[in-house]
Amino acid sequence: MNARIANAAMSEVANLSLSRRGFLRGIAAGTFVLATGLRPARAEATKYGAEAMSGGLKDDPRIFLTITDDGTVSLLCNRAEMGQGVRTSWAMVVADELEAELARVKVLQAPGDEARFGNQNTDGSRSMRHHFQALRRIGAAARQMLEAEAAARWQVPVAEVRAARHEVVHAASGRRIGFGALARDAALRPVPVADALVFKNPEDFRYIGRDGVALVDNVDITTGKAVYGIDARLEGMAYAVIARPPVYGGKVKRYDAARALQVPGVLKVVPIEETPIPSAFQPLGGIAVIAENTFAAIKGRSLLEIEWDDGPNARYDSAHYREALEAASRQPGKVVRSNGDVDAALAGAARRVEATYYMPHLAQAPMEPPTATARATQDLCELWCSVQNPEAIRTDLSKRFSLALDRVVVHTLLLGGGFGRKSKPDFASEAAILSRAMDGRPVKLTFTREDDLHNGYLHTVSVARLEAGLDAEGKAQAWLHRTVAPTIQSIFMPNAEQSGAFELAMGAVDMPFAIPNVRVENPPAQAHTRIGWFRSVSNIPHAFAIQSFAAELAAAAGRDPKDYLLELLGPDRVIDPAAVSDQWLYGEDPKRYAFDTARLRGVIERVAREAGWGRSLPSGHGLGIAAHRSFVSYAAVVVEVAVSADGKLTIPRVDIALDCGAVINPDRVRAQLEGAVIQGVSLATVGEISFKAGRVVQGNFHDYPVTRIDAAPKHIHTHLVIPTGFDAPLGGVGEPGLPPVAPALTNAIFAATGKRIRSLPIRDQLA
Amino acid sequence: MTTFSVNGSTHRTDVDPEMPLLWFLRDLVGLTGTKYGCGLGLCGTCTVLVDGQPARACLLSVSELEGRAITTIEGLSPDGMHPVQAAWRELNVAQCGYCQSGQIMQAAALLAATPNPTDAEIDAAMSGNLCRCGTYPRIRAAIKRAAQGAQA
Repeated sequence: MNARIANAAMSEVANLSLSRRGFLRGIAAGTFVLATGLRPARAEATKYGAEAMSGGLKDDPRIFLTITDDGTVSLLCNRAEMGQGVRTSWAMVVADELEAELARVKVLQAPGDEARFGNQNTDGSRSMRHHFQALRRIGAAARQMLEAEAAARWQVPVAEVRAARHEVVHAASGRRIGFGALARDAALRPVPVADALVFKNPEDFRYIGRDGVALVDNVDITTGKAVYGIDARLEGMAYAVIARPPVYGGKVKRYDAARALQVPGVLKVVPIEETPIPSAFQPLGGIAVIAENTFAAIKGRSLLEIEWDDGPNARYDSAHYREALEAASRQPGKVVRSNGDVDAALAGAARRVEATYYMPHLAQAPMEPPTATARATQDLCELWCSVQNPEAIRTDLSKRFSLALDRVVVHTLLLGGGFGRKSKPDFASEAAILSRAMDGRPVKLTFTREDDLHNGYLHTVSVARLEAGLDAEGKAQAWLHRTVAPTIQSIFMPNAEQSGAFELAMGAVDMPFAIPNVRVENPPAQAHTRIGWFRSVSNIPHAFAIQSFAAELAAAAGRDPKDYLLELLGPDRVIDPAAVSDQWLYGEDPKRYAFDTARLRGVIERVAREAGWGRSLPSGHGLGIAAHRSFVSYAAVVVEVAVSADGKLTIPRVDIALDCGAVINPDRVRAQLEGAVIQGVSLATVGEISFKAGRVVQGNFHDYPVTRIDAAPKHIHTHLVIPTGFDAPLGGVGEPGLPPVAPALTNAIFAATGKRIRSLPIRDQLA
Repeated sequence: MTTFSVNGSTHRTDVDPEMPLLWFLRDLVGLTGTKYGCGLGLCGTCTVLVDGQPARACLLSVSELEGRAITTIEGLSPDGMHPVQAAWRELNVAQCGYCQSGQIMQAAALLAATPNPTDAEIDAAMSGNLCRCGTYPRIRAAIKRAAQGAQA
């Protein structure tokens, strides 16, 4: 281990297990069984939210907190940091309830271990939503242990002492003592049971809900010291890249590595066995080149001569596949929601409106491509990598190598973006396989950008066909939505052709409009590449289709799009998920998280007001609106576009409103919304991955462009709907902002030009 | 043998002359603040200063570096207090932070040449630097703040 990484995340994890004794001195693990008392008892069989996640939810302060003699508080962050700010936001919550100074809280990264730390899958906009109250319990419990210790030392009733600003104070006598001086003995005290916890009055919060908190990683990031997965460095490390089958399900027929092996620095060429379809999170196979540095590995790979057997997906062609999806959308499909009698209502409609929408595959393309470093011997496999779901790679590798789970150690480093790509740890398995092939020498496996685009887990390609029946007043009486898209389940289940309940419940079946006759159908679609989660997932195509179509209906009815959208939404009500065949609800309890249409109305009205909906605009400008609820949060967007006479699109302004329940870290919520707007603009204007002969056509950022600063909206205004108090259920933040962006943009283009965009990306459709 | 300096330290090397500076810095020197993003000069993530001018480390081979002075993010300032670094922290520009080394180096070069850039000048100078998280509004604001700070 060299000094660089020893100074960074991983050794801090190692140190922690030692320094924990600073807080827990003399206490053997397992001595206390009080931790179970911290978890609220739940009698019913059905579990929701954090408790339904693998590993569950842990809130024992002894697992997550260390206070050393100098008063430094170390917090183990149990979720991966990928730009959502979780390390900062978690520290804010714990520091507040602990009465610690945030500047004296050090955030360390928990290694992968769900049995010990609870669920660690950083996915689904869940980290703060599931953990806010648990983090408060952690902070409050530790504070009360410190207060109890101080009171005992001073021999005064505990009610007379109070923790404040990193010390405990006895006001009556003026005595005060710092956390550091109390920590060792405080740790010997029992952890308070849940009922005994006393939480701060939210009015006294110093960090929670406050703006202006600096990111805990700000200094490291701005000085180049932050250690991402790709930055791991181990003593004697070798570097590898892999030539993978260009077609999903393909394999190596024969190869010649002679020229590759002549490249100075190339150490070894290693074939990796392919995984048959469906390959889940397992490696695709191929030929690895291992070298003394990344450049030699890349150069060696370019000299491999490989003949591929392309397998069953060799004819996957995006142009043809689109036609197949469109044909499927014209046929009836599996009914996944049905209310009323759509056929009769359509037959009796004064006017019928129909439209078909298309979205291509997308690659997450995080700026840090997938990369992992492994040191895998016969009895121990260690990984340093940027993964969203460390337990997934531990499980995979313990099976692959027949190791006990605790012999697979995952050190989660910072993620240089994730967006769903890094929830699939195929790259970590590859690194471990290669380290074993090098007899335990550490190997860093890097995806080049080309590898990232060619061998990804892509956002699904999709067609949506919508048909509505309007009455004589233009009011919608019937709604038929056919959603056709290869499913993420296809990476796990052979020949899976129907969308999963979780995909359908991302905007399709949970469509909230108050229309008496609704049917949602799901015709089959076969996958020909790896389909995976992409930030916001199926909400993106569903919101694009539904929110575009709502504006098309408004136009057909001759109505203002915002007024018509509110009319479609109908009277305020809470939608019973069962009534709309929503079998998922993001895993949350319907009693707390059912769709509340008043909240969607609230963000629509807010964003319209803030954006000056209806204001007069220069020629060539237009405003578009869209709203969507996802990850149990409510978002609405107004985009202003300017389209020049020659079809050049610019975006002077975007307003976005979010109701995610209580807001813990407003600065990071705004940052997520700003990012969602730009990523939404990017996928709507230029994002497309396409296939020919089974292969991804695009190779790098020249032909898979993402929005640059000069094409980004000039002004983004974020508007947070913040409830009073912090007891209401929290919604997601990382993903809900994205889905309404694309339809708000295309609705604005319609307003500006009269041209309706039904196929993304927009690219040169305005020329 | 090629001789050049990195953050003031002299390096003499006989590595493959085709090796891009990026991999020399990251794999051989251990300066991992300079990031890989595309390898083709398309994303700006690996931006460093060569004799004070911004350059993509993935496009510069070691053989082109004879006598040059390279500055990476680790060497931009002795204490992390370059006005651009300070402004980046004041506005919490970073999300994942991965592209920010390159953004900061590019912005520092912009301000060195153009102390008071207009919006158009900022967009022109920064459009080679991709950010997938979407931090562009704060990058614009931080460059303006750094410009004010440097003059204050």
